[in-house]
Amino acid sequence: MAEGHVVGIDLGTTNSLVAYMEGDNPVVIPGVDGSNLVPSVVALDPMPANGGRPTITVGNSARRALIETPERVIYSVKRLMGRGLDEVRAELKYFPFRLAGDIEAGEVPRIQLGEMRFTPPEISAYVLRQLKRNAERFFGAPVAQAVITVPAYFNDAQRQATKDAGRMAGLDVLRLVNEPTAAALAYGLDRAKEGTIAVYDLGGGTFDISILKLRDGIFEVQSTNGDTHLGGDDIDNLLLAIALDEIHAEHGVDLRAHPGAVQALRKAAIDAKVRLSAEQTAQFDIELPNGDRYQREIPRAVFELLIEPVLARTAGPCRQALADAGVTPAEIDEVVLVGGSTRIPAVRDLVDELFQLSARGKKPHTELNPDEVVALGAAVQAGILAGASKATDDMLLLDVTPLSLGIEQLGGTVARIIQRNSTIPASATEHFTTGVDGQTNVAIHVVQGERELAADCRSLARFDLKGIPPMAAGLPRIEVRFLIDADGILHVTAREQRSGKAAEIEVKPTYGLTDAQVESMILDSFDHAEEDFAKRLLIEARNEADAILAAVAKAPQNPAWNQLSAEEQTGIAAARDWLRMARETANVTAISHGIVALDKATRRFAELMMDAAVSSAIRGRTMSEAGENVNESITAPHAMAPAEFK
Amino acid sequence: MLKVLENAVPVACWSCSVAHNESTLFCPHCSKIQPPSVGDYFSAFGLQPRLSIDLAALELEFHRLSRRLHPDRFARATDNEKQWSLADTALLNDAYRTLKDPLRRTEYLLKLVGAETNGSAAVSGDGESTAKKQRKTPADLLEEVFDLNMQIEEMRMAKKSGRDDPQLRESLRMAQEKFEGMVGAVDRDLRAQWAIWDTGDESARKPAERAMVALLDRRRYLSNLVRDVNEILGD
Repeated sequence: MAEGHVVGIDLGTTNSLVAYMEGDNPVVIPGVDGSNLVPSVVALDPMPANGGRPTITVGNSARRALIETPERVIYSVKRLMGRGLDEVRAELKYFPFRLAGDIEAGEVPRIQLGEMRFTPPEISAYVLRQLKRNAERFFGAPVAQAVITVPAYFNDAQRQATKDAGRMAGLDVLRLVNEPTAAALAYGLDRAKEGTIAVYDLGGGTFDISILKLRDGIFEVQSTNGDTHLGGDDIDNLLLAIALDEIHAEHGVDLRAHPGAVQALRKAAIDAKVRLSAEQTAQFDIELPNGDRYQREIPRAVFELLIEPVLARTAGPCRQALADAGVTPAEIDEVVLVGGSTRIPAVRDLVDELFQLSARGKKPHTELNPDEVVALGAAVQAGILAGASKATDDMLLLDVTPLSLGIEQLGGTVARIIQRNSTIPASATEHFTTGVDGQTNVAIHVVQGERELAADCRSLARFDLKGIPPMAAGLPRIEVRFLIDADGILHVTAREQRSGKAAEIEVKPTYGLTDAQVESMILDSFDHAEEDFAKRLLIEARNEADAILAAVAKAPQNPAWNQLSAEEQTGIAAARDWLRMARETANVTAISHGIVALDKATRRFAELMMDAAVSSAIRGRTMSEAGENVNESITAPHAMAPAEFK
Repeated sequence: MLKVLENAVPVACWSCSVAHNESTLFCPHCSKIQPPSVGDYFSAFGLQPRLSIDLAALELEFHRLSRRLHPDRFARATDNEKQWSLADTALLNDAYRTLKDPLRRTEYLLKLVGAETNGSAAVSGDGESTAKKQRKTPADLLEEVFDLNMQIEEMRMAKKSGRDDPQLRESLRMAQEKFEGMVGAVDRDLRAQWAIWDTGDESARKPAERAMVALLDRRRYLSNLVRDVNEILGD
């Protein structure tokens, strides 16, 4: 194929994945460590002594850096994408990151990371670049085009920020696809079915519900709804807050003052949550700094009572989506579950009840891994766009805009011009005029949302129609066309009809980067030099090898090192020596294998190190046990804790 | 009237230069996508303006055209073709959204023929706003609406003080049923006017248009009432 692969990317709150169409089947591309999931974590390595930019690491290695240099690590940045200063400030209450000090109102907020500062799209761009590299290493060829998924309920600014991130990472983003719709595509591949399906997507940080009609390969979304602030994180925070309160009340220790301890406790909470999906009970057993133990058994029944209010918040959007689609629960033929949080039995019970599944002898679809299904669907959409696969030949996705588009009128009310759940692309034409003689400018305020007052909706953009020929008030007739494209992003054009002049518009997005800003943030032009591709792969592989070798060199100084058996220590030394040799060859494959081997050899050490790092505050037995029992815990949701709790 | 149908000026295909009818989305000769034309929603589907529409056929045609026009089919095409595909698909989607809904379709057709409607309950993306409509009570409903508003107010008071009044609730439920029935009656009347408009000549169409404008106003008024009752009965 002359034009190269189009990959599908799930840019998640907790984890990100990249997939592609292998013939007629979507397949996830593993990272160099063999894992399909790349934690959406970005770390800034220490400043190099000779000046210059410090290296940036992404994924599991970045997660490890959290222990040594937490002030240089950022995660869950998806929650900050496309948000304004005040929103980010509110969001950061739950995270240990800091905003850069000197941000002016109206600017895109930047996060302080060590001595540097980054906008949320830049952070996402590093995650995307890692996925791009993983795919390039896998194909042995450059990858320049991608489909990226976003929560269906993402607004215009959040979508634009995601697209900006793609551009910064050197990716031509051919399409943004809504996550639940992508999941439906992944499921719809192997069956030429007709019917109405509901996709219930409860992830780490967002909730989406979409109702689709399937017919002859056409996936027509009827309605979508959701909450961009609802997910597994909320459950973790609940368990954590309870544990912190109980420890404080029963043992007089306020762990909130110890960020490391809070992190360990949060990981214990996540472990307990995960265990409760399979077992009837889970335990907290933690040694406190004063020597006391905090022991707590959580029966599943109690857990379900606790999380009931969180889960209940998904019911409203489901009912609204059904009503908007004009169907009753009994008319839903199939339900697809997406997102790690749908592994919780109580979630499945709720879905069963909402859609009357078992009453009708039905079961929700869970055949595809809920962590991977969105990426697989993104690959299917990539296949549709590339037109390169027989399986996707007849498929077409018709999606909708999740939020109504409106214009602020006199008095602050909203005139809706494109209703929510309109199939996109969608357009509307409005006419404006002047209120004063000789007026040459008209200001327009566009908002997104369902509320009556503009102040209660989300401000999308303000623009000025300029260069209107001076005329008597009310005489100019300016036609403004609003168009929502297939990515759900708004475009505006204007024309003065009496003079036939195209009015100049300066669209000022309320939350967003200018084109020039995005241009200046493109990660490195090196990524575009295709002729140097082989050279680039080698350099990247060597950089990665250096990073892991440097970490291993410091390992014996860590107290956790002594907890390893002699055998384990020898194993690490052998893998290290092998990688050192491989690094000196020009063989990318050999270096990659060396990295995988050393990564595997040090996995238990990494887990021990996590425990050791927090043992000064608490000794987390639960964690070390979990580390032994669950080998793949390395890919489990990352264990980072909010900086403070309400 | 219906001047939109008369301006089919032949233009040349940008790709193969063969002349074609302006309202064609694809060149009949080389099948390439064409710049969007200024046709109305009916002509986007190759239909004459009619109020009775075969919805199943409309959906099939929507899917068939979507398959050919959608931007997904032009991900790797020239920038021009991408732009046209986007504009054509937006028009197609706007048209389908309007035509598949009986009320929006009626409003749209009335606007197309120049009959004034008092704003739209269902916005058709044509510049009409959804700002609160003036609520002038139809003369024959004055008494019932007065009673209903009293009951709604009473119910609101009862709710405020935490009481439920089963008798009042029942009476509101009956009012709800009654007004829903009236909406149904309006819909039947509308359909009767559709038939007159669709089959009639100019002299039959004008009165049908006036009747439909009045029926749409009445329907808007009634659905607002039903919505208010639903609101007070719900939660």
